[in-house]
Amino acid sequence: MERPLRLIAGNPLDQLARTIEALLVIASAPLSVEELAEAADDHAERVETALRLVGERYQEGRSGIVLEHVAGGWAFRASRDAAEACARLFEKPAQRNLSQASLETLAIVAYLGPCSRPDIARIRGVSADSAVANLVERGLIAEAGRDDVAGAIRYRTTPLFERVFGLESLSQLPRLDDIGEDTEQIRERLHAVAEKRTA
Amino acid sequence: MIVRELERDLDAFEGPFDLLLTLVLKDELELREIDVAGIVLAFLERLAEREVLDLEACGEFLVLISALLELKARGLFPEEAAELAELEPEAAAEELARRLAEYRRMKEAAGWLRERLETEGERFFRLGPAPLAPKLETPLAPQQPEKLAQVLRLLAVEPPQVSLAHMALRFPPVTQFLERFRAVLRRRSRFDFDREVAELSRIEQAVAFLALLELRRSGEIVIDQAAPFAPIRVARSGEEIIDRDERTAGWNVRSA
Repeated sequence: MERPLRLIAGNPLDQLARTIEALLVIASAPLSVEELAEAADDHAERVETALRLVGERYQEGRSGIVLEHVAGGWAFRASRDAAEACARLFEKPAQRNLSQASLETLAIVAYLGPCSRPDIARIRGVSADSAVANLVERGLIAEAGRDDVAGAIRYRTTPLFERVFGLESLSQLPRLDDIGEDTEQIRERLHAVAEKRTA
Repeated sequence: MIVRELERDLDAFEGPFDLLLTLVLKDELELREIDVAGIVLAFLERLAEREVLDLEACGEFLVLISALLELKARGLFPEEAAELAELEPEAAAEELARRLAEYRRMKEAAGWLRERLETEGERFFRLGPAPLAPKLETPLAPQQPEKLAQVLRLLAVEPPQVSLAHMALRFPPVTQFLERFRAVLRRRSRFDFDREVAELSRIEQAVAFLALLELRRSGEIVIDQAAPFAPIRVARSGEEIIDRDERTAGWNVRSA
């Protein structure tokens, strides 16, 4: 009988790890532990253990395929060593030529979403229509219901956004509280201007 | 405000709040000293240097200039500005600071996203629609099979045959009327077409009219009508159909 490459068939956990490999290789979006457990018909705890086994095998420097925890699930991606070859074969339409306006809109939706186009326009000071349409077309944001008061369509980021930016979840976005100094500086200057004018 | 300094900012200009922020952060911020005409000129010169017209940048620039003009106009008339402003100066400054700070945070977040894109640029993965198992259809509420059978029975009944009789138009031959009119003209030198076909159906009247035209074409008859929709008078060739008085009376009746 032919021996498996790495995992020993006799161990039930190894068998589960191979099933998980199979599930991940056919998936085109990250799979959560719960989804993997349901498909493999096994317990979530054992799936997590098996994922560690799979992760040991598929890591940077060891394999052309890398297991990663991204967008709230587990997925395979190409190793960074193979990036140049991959780039010759495929382009990445979701993130190609993202303008500054699109990135600012994306940041607003990621941090404050779900939010509507008027919300975005209020913060940026210019209409957000074309930037929002562009991001929807790229699949980085999607509709998420309507505003309770005005009825405007609200938007949120998609799992693809997290995957493109390599985020396990939106909670991985950096905190923006560390610019308090700038805010204070702006406030002081504006107060100075106001005082000058009223004087 | 020195226009040369502003020119540098215009290169990185993305939105009105961006530049406004830059202005606020500059030491020499005095809205009344801003040379708006100079800014417009600098922007126009920059536009002229570029081959492609960036409409988005132009639109944002217009918004910025409008905002600057409004601020400057208020600055030039401080007494009126107090009446015009919806907010007290402190409250307005506070609101503006809050919005500028909010925009500043998002601008920094956008910068972080751009850096992240660059560092994560080597990540390639499979893209596709959600591949998860098909969702189960919601089962229907319990139904009574007898009711279903009853409905099916109604549907299974042969529908009544639709009659198409009205679509089958039967045209009598034109020759029938040719002979009929010739026979009439053998007995009388003239006749009234309308009276002659009054008893016939519409189809027969139409065919009779075709026969009339056919006789006219072959030169066997002459046709005359005093006025549109007046009775059509038919006579053998060479016969005078109606006298002048009768025609005049026809016109008069028609006109009345």
